[in-house]
Amino acid sequence: MSETRSRWFTAERRRTLIQEYGIFLAFLILAAILSVSNEFFLTPGNISNVLLQTSINGVLAVGMTFVILTGGIDLSVGSVVALAGIVSASFATTSSTAAIYGAPYPVIIALAVGVAVGVACGALSGLIVSYFSVPAFVTTLGMLSAARGLTLIYGGGRPVPALTPEFRWIGTGHVLGIPAPVIILAIVFGLAWWTLTRTRFGRYIYAVGGNAHAAKTSGIDVVRIRFVVYVISAGLAGLAGMLLSARTGSALPQAGIAYELDAIAAVVIGGTSLSGGIGRITGTLIGALIIGVMNNGLDLMGIQSYYQQVLKGALIVGAVMLDQKRSYGA
Amino acid sequence: MELLLEVEGLKKSFGGVAALSDGRLELRAGSVHALCGGNGAGKSTFLKILMGIYKRDGGVIRRRGAEVDYASPAEALAAGIAIIEQELSPIPHMTVAENIYLGREPSRRFGGIDFNSMNRAAQALLDELEFNIRATQRMIDLTVAEMQLVEIAKALSHDAEVIFMDEPTSAIGEREAQRLFSAIRRLQALGRGVVYVSHRLSEIFEIADTYTAFRDGAFVGSGLLAEVNRQDLIRMIVGRELSEEYVKTNTPGDDVGIEVEGLCRSDAFEAISFSAHKGEIFGIYGLMGSGRTEIFECLFGLEKASAGAIFIDGESVTINKPTDAMALGVALVTEDRKSTGLNLLDSVRANICMASLPELSPLFVMNRAGEVDASRRMRADFQIKAARDTMPVSGLSGGNQQKVVLGKWFLRNPRILLLDEPTRGVDVGAKREIYRIMCDFANAGGTVVMVSSEIDEVLGMADRIMVMRNGKSVGTFDRRETNAQALVNLST
Repeated sequence: MSETRSRWFTAERRRTLIQEYGIFLAFLILAAILSVSNEFFLTPGNISNVLLQTSINGVLAVGMTFVILTGGIDLSVGSVVALAGIVSASFATTSSTAAIYGAPYPVIIALAVGVAVGVACGALSGLIVSYFSVPAFVTTLGMLSAARGLTLIYGGGRPVPALTPEFRWIGTGHVLGIPAPVIILAIVFGLAWWTLTRTRFGRYIYAVGGNAHAAKTSGIDVVRIRFVVYVISAGLAGLAGMLLSARTGSALPQAGIAYELDAIAAVVIGGTSLSGGIGRITGTLIGALIIGVMNNGLDLMGIQSYYQQVLKGALIVGAVMLDQKRSYGA
Repeated sequence: MELLLEVEGLKKSFGGVAALSDGRLELRAGSVHALCGGNGAGKSTFLKILMGIYKRDGGVIRRRGAEVDYASPAEALAAGIAIIEQELSPIPHMTVAENIYLGREPSRRFGGIDFNSMNRAAQALLDELEFNIRATQRMIDLTVAEMQLVEIAKALSHDAEVIFMDEPTSAIGEREAQRLFSAIRRLQALGRGVVYVSHRLSEIFEIADTYTAFRDGAFVGSGLLAEVNRQDLIRMIVGRELSEEYVKTNTPGDDVGIEVEGLCRSDAFEAISFSAHKGEIFGIYGLMGSGRTEIFECLFGLEKASAGAIFIDGESVTINKPTDAMALGVALVTEDRKSTGLNLLDSVRANICMASLPELSPLFVMNRAGEVDASRRMRADFQIKAARDTMPVSGLSGGNQQKVVLGKWFLRNPRILLLDEPTRGVDVGAKREIYRIMCDFANAGGTVVMVSSEIDEVLGMADRIMVMRNGKSVGTFDRRETNAQALVNLST
């Protein structure tokens, strides 16, 4: 009896269990502590609020996961959020000063424009990273600055106010009581999970991140895969930008500043290796939820937001330290 | 002459496999001692123990008669033993002087570095050795041969008496090698002892005066080079008659599988022509850097050839990228499975399927059942010993990893198999299985082209052998018409 159990519960198996579910466990513990210490935490209203707060970072973090799995990084998502947000808003505003001629357009056109702006930014970054072999850090740092500049140029440094109710719905609407951004995050996450775990393309991403040389000698088009992940990341940043303007009702030129850091934090907390090849999209979702729950919990406890930043910093480093210990220590 | 270094019965095993079972060496002052042996003879293990990188399992090392045990390269260096490694690792953006005095820069009063006296000292050292290098040049601007000279100067600045050189000429040309040799002669005149490791026998006879030969991790002989000839030394290195280690069961057919005509790549090789038949194992033998791997890179579309034609089944083909080659039924097992063959982060199954994903899953959605089945088939065919196919491939032994790479390609049912050092770092049992796989493949009508620097392997397995030297083919020989001596002579 004891022998069969010990054979099943081997050190290796125990390690993989911790590795795969450790972050989920951490999330549950965090949630348990918060629900005990604050009776308001587990109310439907607050849960819905946490999910809503997480949705934008969640969408960005999903895109970031694709990039980081190939061993890259996308620092530009915060600026792309602002650019896509403001350009799409100019197609959906009733204000006469900030509008594109003929606005407001049907919401579907505004949405398509927002995603297209993101995809265009991502295609440029992806081209430079994959085809011209410029390090991703440098390329997307450049895009971070350039996209922010374009945002200010486009809007003349002013916000685009008075968005149509249809456009605002994607940020404020509900379906069966669930906020629309949460549903959008669920769809994005589901598609990403399917792509990464169930499709050929997903396998290519892991192979490129794991060993680009071996992937190339196995006939995988490494350049193309590297290109596509930046398009995905920036396209999702475009979507997130529209969620943000829709929620606030106007597109601000300073929107999305430092959003890339939260997205990277979610991916890293979720256990994805910054050098690529290892990681799961479920980890990213939990990483984003941990950040959201932590911010919410600290808010509920009445702790100043300044402290939240310090704790988030400690959390990021702590999560990676545990990862290192797991892979090199025991 | 006094004995600088004396080693007896050095032993070292890794995971139960003996890499070195009886390492011996005697080095006298003012002598250049050649350490000879084939791949896997235990030379590098031996050097690493002496440098304090590996801990020995047994044996005695005496430095000027006193027993020593170095725990780190720094300790060995402090005791006057330095190594000039095959792959140099200078700090490229620092100057020659900074590299020589790295970690022990002369300091000025307030802790700053005294660059003037450092540069002066370095220049004096370089001048004394008659190396035409300025101490203030940056390392990145030097040639590989000049970097080696700087390493020699560095060793002397540490007052090293014993200097190991591990294949110092593998990356430099003939003219530069002559400069290196004159530097070695100066070391000799200074009364230092040099241990010179090289596969190139002509060099050994040119520069060394004494030799020690290792084979299969053990000492086989030593003495004065003046008392042996090239053939004797080869016999010592190659040793035993080719035993039944090489079971060859294929018979070459009449149809040509792949033909290469006048293939050139400007920086690597020129005018390479050969044809390999169906059912044949065609061997390419040459030293590292002779251009053999680069031929495969062109045949597989990883690099572009500057001229020449490739024919498969008699038809002229264009191969620009790996998928072109794969579509034509060509498979490439690369030289270094860890860096170019496997994704070590992923599972056995994922690695087996890596080159066949479009075929396994034509509809974009992954065909999981197909992958499970493919992986099961390949593991059975090649007897890959893995607990589960979802375990990371990095947990497998070298031989099993190599069989995973073979499985990855056999899953594609290739017609032409390009094997680059197919048994490097693989134990004897797995070696035999890999040879069996090669023969079975050839017997089923496949064409095998195998690059190897192991002379036994080439003679034991290949039907015909093309010998490469400095990017050129120096001839193709039938296995029955040649022998180890001839091949080594031709390739160096």
